[in-house]
Amino acid sequence: MKDSMVRGADIVVRSIIAENADIIFGYPGGAIMPVYDALYDYHDQVRHVLTRHEQGAIHAAQGYARVSGKVGVCIATSGPGATNLITGLADAQIDSTPLVCITGQVAAHLLGTDAFQETDVVGISMPGTKWNIQVRRVEDIAPAIARGFYIARSGRPGPVLIDITKNAQVDFGEWNYVPCMGFRSYKTHIPVDISLIQQAAELINNAERPYLLFGQGVVLGKAETELKFFLDKSGIPAACTLLGSGAIPQDHPNYVGKLGMHGNYAPNLLTNQCDVLIAVGMRFDDRVTGDLKRYAKQAKVIHLELDKAEVNKNVKAEVAVIGDCKESLCMLTEAIREKKHDSWMGKFRDLEQEEKAAVMQYDITPTKVGLTMGEVIHQINQYKADDAVLVTDVGQHQMIAWRYFNYKKSRTQVTSGGLGTMGFALPAALGAQLHDYSRQVICVVGDGGIQMTIQELGTIMQTKAPVKIVLLNNNFLGMVRQWQQMFFDRRYSFTELDNPDFIKIAEAYNIRAQKVTERTDLKEAIEDMLIHDGPFFLEVVVEKEDNVFPMIATGCSVEEVRLS
Amino acid sequence: MKRYTIFVITENFIGILNRITIIFTRRGINIDALTASESRIPGIHRVTIEVTVNEDTVIQLVNQIEKIIDVIKAFYHEDEGVVYQEIALYKIPVSKLDGGLEKVIRQHNAKIIAAEPDFVVLELTGHKEQTQELLEILKGYGLLEFARSGRVAVAKRMLTIESFIK
Repeated sequence: MKDSMVRGADIVVRSIIAENADIIFGYPGGAIMPVYDALYDYHDQVRHVLTRHEQGAIHAAQGYARVSGKVGVCIATSGPGATNLITGLADAQIDSTPLVCITGQVAAHLLGTDAFQETDVVGISMPGTKWNIQVRRVEDIAPAIARGFYIARSGRPGPVLIDITKNAQVDFGEWNYVPCMGFRSYKTHIPVDISLIQQAAELINNAERPYLLFGQGVVLGKAETELKFFLDKSGIPAACTLLGSGAIPQDHPNYVGKLGMHGNYAPNLLTNQCDVLIAVGMRFDDRVTGDLKRYAKQAKVIHLELDKAEVNKNVKAEVAVIGDCKESLCMLTEAIREKKHDSWMGKFRDLEQEEKAAVMQYDITPTKVGLTMGEVIHQINQYKADDAVLVTDVGQHQMIAWRYFNYKKSRTQVTSGGLGTMGFALPAALGAQLHDYSRQVICVVGDGGIQMTIQELGTIMQTKAPVKIVLLNNNFLGMVRQWQQMFFDRRYSFTELDNPDFIKIAEAYNIRAQKVTERTDLKEAIEDMLIHDGPFFLEVVVEKEDNVFPMIATGCSVEEVRLS
Repeated sequence: MKRYTIFVITENFIGILNRITIIFTRRGINIDALTASESRIPGIHRVTIEVTVNEDTVIQLVNQIEKIIDVIKAFYHEDEGVVYQEIALYKIPVSKLDGGLEKVIRQHNAKIIAAEPDFVVLELTGHKEQTQELLEILKGYGLLEFARSGRVAVAKRMLTIESFIK
């Protein structure tokens, strides 16, 4: 046997290392045991973090990928290990998060026999992956992993699943890693059509009320500076989607706020008053557009987008520029005239004042006795670092945290946007923190969501990841309750929770914990939490029946955004 | 709603057909017919899908199909843009073979491609309207079995697979 011959399991681990991954989140089991055996030999080259559930592993990989811009890696065994990844795959697919997930599979000769822990994971994960493959021979492992990493990170990023049979892991094969540089069926670079840039520039130059919407595509395309230059020159007001938050700092003079169901008042309302709408790296999600039949019908739409399938999907574009927005924005900035739009911008500022008076002041500086979620986030802003990462779960706290958190840097927003996965925050925060121990990672979570993945407190304990967990506890599934109040006659069907003593739980995991029930204690608790050297669990008991406003109710138009 | 023919030029990998069809099922769209075969270039397959939808939908379907990593190219045509054929086989009991049936076979340019002691098999290649017409007639002749293929089609547009795999 040649010296270069190694076990398939070694090839798996060496390939991951060759792709520059420094951390793997995973959970062992029968069909993946050879890989775990190999990991033992390479622990000085790649770190493995044992989560408490495979869902925790994949959400942690997502959190890691979102803050680092690198490919998140996770490993699970066959059968239940693999099916526990599905929620994370679907989440990463809809939010364009680059992941490579490796699952063990029963030996090739057992495939299709309903062997122990056999599941058709390639079949199950097909709709939730950018690409997936089953590897049954040792010689196919390295090429599959090379291709997987390339697909995950290139073009519009997404999750990849590689299912490797046990025989391939134990057989010997040659170690010769060739990174993937592309292949014929997959084009990652689409040259920007200059004539479309000229058409777009003409629309923009002649516009009186142009308006720009930016999404996560700006972050994924590393086009933050290009967007800033475009805004500086064009003078156009700009609003962000949930996942676009942070792409430009919120104190940029052109920044006017957030879009969507619980976004800001002006950005939603004025969508139906602009004459040219420029969408950059966003996909007109229904939570952004409301009723499409009454969405920006008066406007000529310019769409800068990498994914051809997103263009004209929900909103018809007058000019659709397919390609990397880093290139197209740069070309567009070149082609437009320098301008100011003071009176149009003034409209946004006026409506912002209305929102402040009607909503924000009550959220941030409440007069009622109960604590609000908004004031907690407001206090966090006072003490947080500029590059602090905000990780949120799904629900009222997510919308409130997004509304009030002061985003100053790109890649500081980690949340489950498209899929709305409760239970995402805690493991995602762990992953974000493990990318960089020195960075502030603040995990804001509700009492419903945290209980979906609360076992990951164990991983936080074991890794000593200094995550700052802020539990906003209203003893309700708050967002569902809000809908029940508004649209279902206050019939609170199964949304009230009898909760455990969260402080005891955190303390059982050796995590320093504090509970705040009074406003007077809030400031100090947040300050203590943020300076604490290690993980911290802060429970804030908030008003039981608070609502998130503004709101565009389902089926309503953006101009029907309500302040109360 | 209109009838469209979607062509998919794809690598011949396991599961690719599944990835294509879930794009239709997810949207609740029925595939009227589907055929798959190797193209003239080894390793590259072509899938022909017939579907009745409006144009906005067919554009989205094609964009989604083309997004599949192992798909090289997807495009769609209206009926006028393709040359297509379907093949139909009809199994008739020998006892029904008479002068009337012979006339029908002649008129429709059908062929007898197999003759067994108990039955004969007729073949007709053409558009669905033609094979359907013959089907209706043969129902009167004790038709035992009928099978019709999906559409096989080539585009009228002058494009080659090579231009997509450069």
